[in-house]
Amino acid sequence: MENPSFLKNSNLGQAWLVILLSLIFGVSLAGVEITLGPRIEENKIRETMEKVPVVILGHDRAEKIKASGEHLDIQTKTIRTGPKKRAKFYTVYQAFFNDQTLAGLVVKASAQGYADKIELLLGIDNSIKKVTGIFILDQKETPGLGNKIVERDWLDQFSGRPFTAMPFVVVKEESDAAGEIDAVSGATISSRSVTGIVNNTIHQLKDELVLLKQKKEKRD
Amino acid sequence: MADQPTPLERFIQGILPENPVYRQLLGLCPTLAVTNNMKSAVTMACSVAFVLLCANIVTSLIRTLLKPHLRIVIFTLTIATFVTIADRVLAAYLYQMSKALGPYIPLIIVNCLIICRCEVCASRQSVFTASCDALGQALGFGLALSSIAAVREILGTGMFFNYQVLPAAWPDWVIMVLPPGAFITLGLLLGLVNFFEIKKAGKKQ
Repeated sequence: MENPSFLKNSNLGQAWLVILLSLIFGVSLAGVEITLGPRIEENKIRETMEKVPVVILGHDRAEKIKASGEHLDIQTKTIRTGPKKRAKFYTVYQAFFNDQTLAGLVVKASAQGYADKIELLLGIDNSIKKVTGIFILDQKETPGLGNKIVERDWLDQFSGRPFTAMPFVVVKEESDAAGEIDAVSGATISSRSVTGIVNNTIHQLKDELVLLKQKKEKRD
Repeated sequence: MADQPTPLERFIQGILPENPVYRQLLGLCPTLAVTNNMKSAVTMACSVAFVLLCANIVTSLIRTLLKPHLRIVIFTLTIATFVTIADRVLAAYLYQMSKALGPYIPLIIVNCLIICRCEVCASRQSVFTASCDALGQALGFGLALSSIAAVREILGTGMFFNYQVLPAAWPDWVIMVLPPGAFITLGLLLGLVNFFEIKKAGKKQ
């Protein structure tokens, strides 16, 4: 080291490597973010958009439409509900067939589950009278018990339920009434959380959605 | 000073004789947290391998410039950079996996296995030696992770890499995929490794 001693003992002489490395790493991370950022954003949106037709039309019809090369035209809207100070925002996806008739609506909703937040997509039919389907986007429920809420077999029991049977209640025995949902065995709280999200979302948004639909029809 | 091990010896030592999990008990957070199925264990092992290799190479390249009291800062800086890269790449190309692993990928930054290798080996050895060391340790870490994940996934769900391997009649031991299962499996496997180690040492005498 031939450095003059004043340089060696100054703060800069001590820390130049840290500063230089920070700069290099910072620039390379910015590069990574610029290259991959859009792709990551796209992943998030794609996951939702892919599920919208499935939630509205059910698995079989969504597959058929996809196979025929057609696709639903999806428009995104944010709806605000509740009192001004504690307003809640919902993202609503309106799906249209190619002839511009409304196929149905999908609402993204979330609430606390047993372990962490549960986020789901709730499909509503085009007359805003019944549930068409549910898809769980994100959950961290207990593996082996609570995480069974993501299974189609369980979620399918919501499909076709009319709003007149609301609020839906979770029962531990065999359900028979229109408003009764079978609990996942060993995961009553997770089941109740999902059902609660469905109840609350419909309760808060039903009128807004009807309004949205009427506005759209008037415009046409 | 004792003889330095050759690069090849360092590579082999990392796999079993100095296995990071079973012999050094390092990097236990991911070992316990993401070993409830093979897929996430393998993804985690690959991410750690990438970070460890890159961090060791960079540290080795700048080893003559390091100031002793600033070295930990530089190690952490290097590791954090590569962890962020790994995290972004996973989010871009393996989105579901990155969602499943959640915070555990960013947490590789504080994995003491990597900082330990930077300190013990990479800051003193050539790039080639440091790379061999990193590869050996990463392989050992991957081996440990997948052995625990294999036991937990098979007993807990009857599956291996999401393929059914046990007959459907198998009553899934749910506890194995829950956190207690991680501690139980790690404890038992550690005991097993120690048992064989003692047996081997006894034979030599």
